[in-house]
Amino acid sequence: MKKLFLLFPFVLVLSALWAGAAFAQDPTPSDDDVNRVAKQLFCPVCENTPLDVCPTQACAQWRALIREKLAAGWTEAQIKQYFVDQYGARVLSEPPRTGLNWLVYLVPPILFIVGVIILIRTFKPSKGPAGAEASPASVDETPIPPAAGSDEYVARMEDELKKRK
Amino acid sequence: MTQSPPEVAPKKKGVPLWAQVLVWVGVTALFAVVALGLRRTQQGTVQVGDTAPDFTLAAFPGYEYNGASQLKLSDLKGKLVVVNFWASWCKPCEQEAADLEEAWHVYQPEGDVVFLGVDYVDTEPEALGYLEKFNITFPNGADLGTRISQAFRIKGVPETYFIDRDGVIQHIQVGPFQSLAQIQSVVDSLKAK
Repeated sequence: MKKLFLLFPFVLVLSALWAGAAFAQDPTPSDDDVNRVAKQLFCPVCENTPLDVCPTQACAQWRALIREKLAAGWTEAQIKQYFVDQYGARVLSEPPRTGLNWLVYLVPPILFIVGVIILIRTFKPSKGPAGAEASPASVDETPIPPAAGSDEYVARMEDELKKRK
Repeated sequence: MTQSPPEVAPKKKGVPLWAQVLVWVGVTALFAVVALGLRRTQQGTVQVGDTAPDFTLAAFPGYEYNGASQLKLSDLKGKLVVVNFWASWCKPCEQEAADLEEAWHVYQPEGDVVFLGVDYVDTEPEALGYLEKFNITFPNGADLGTRISQAFRIKGVPETYFIDRDGVIQHIQVGPFQSLAQIQSVVDSLKAK
């Protein structure tokens, strides 16, 4: 009997917690709940405006419908599928990964990788011709004599420059 | 004055051929997609003289045509068809709703003119509320997947297409009708042909 008496407050606390949890499940979905789904959708009437921030009446109707569906216990995926069935896949903010839609996901990273490869190859320091870097052997090489008349040409250039100063 | 030996230009390693081909194919494909998209957006609606794109309309309950819940445009060949795109959120659509219904009452008994309402990007409860509000009785259905509006390339609502007995578009009304007489003048002129 004493044991039962000790158990009573424990059961009371558990019951209170359970009841609290039950009350927390509000049957009317909040705006945040609605917007969580709405921001993943675009109404075809207002292109480029996500449904959660779209001010038109059409979008307000869609948000009301989302609220109704959530209240009826539909999941996010079910609601999105409903809108796709009704209005087509273009209402989704992320195109489904099927068919030609894969291009949207594959082309940008592929182009990026190709671009990076091209950049790397273009700006990679070239080694130049073999042995171009001064090697001890090149010191012994006989220098090529200056081209005939080049000194005269330089002198004339310097004269010209002096005149212009 | 000493002169260094003339430098031999280092042989630059170019971009490999496969990468060049890949880049050009990618760029060409991208331009083709953009060009197609632009062409489509600049095309406007289907034109008078074009054959109307065939479609199947899923009728709202109570808005079937001769008991058929799926209305196929090609099944209506031999009749004059008036396809009206509307939406419950569209204020200008309300202006013409009563006139369209009245026109339907004028032509329905003869049976050679069919009015079809195509509800664009709407929610069903709101759409049914609109039909009830304006006492619409002619066949109506939702543009599921916006396939019909895309086929006609509509630019907005309301838009109305008059399709002759051979399935060719003969008149396009962009925006609301101003009166019943306006609807009748178009239908009567097409009936007379």
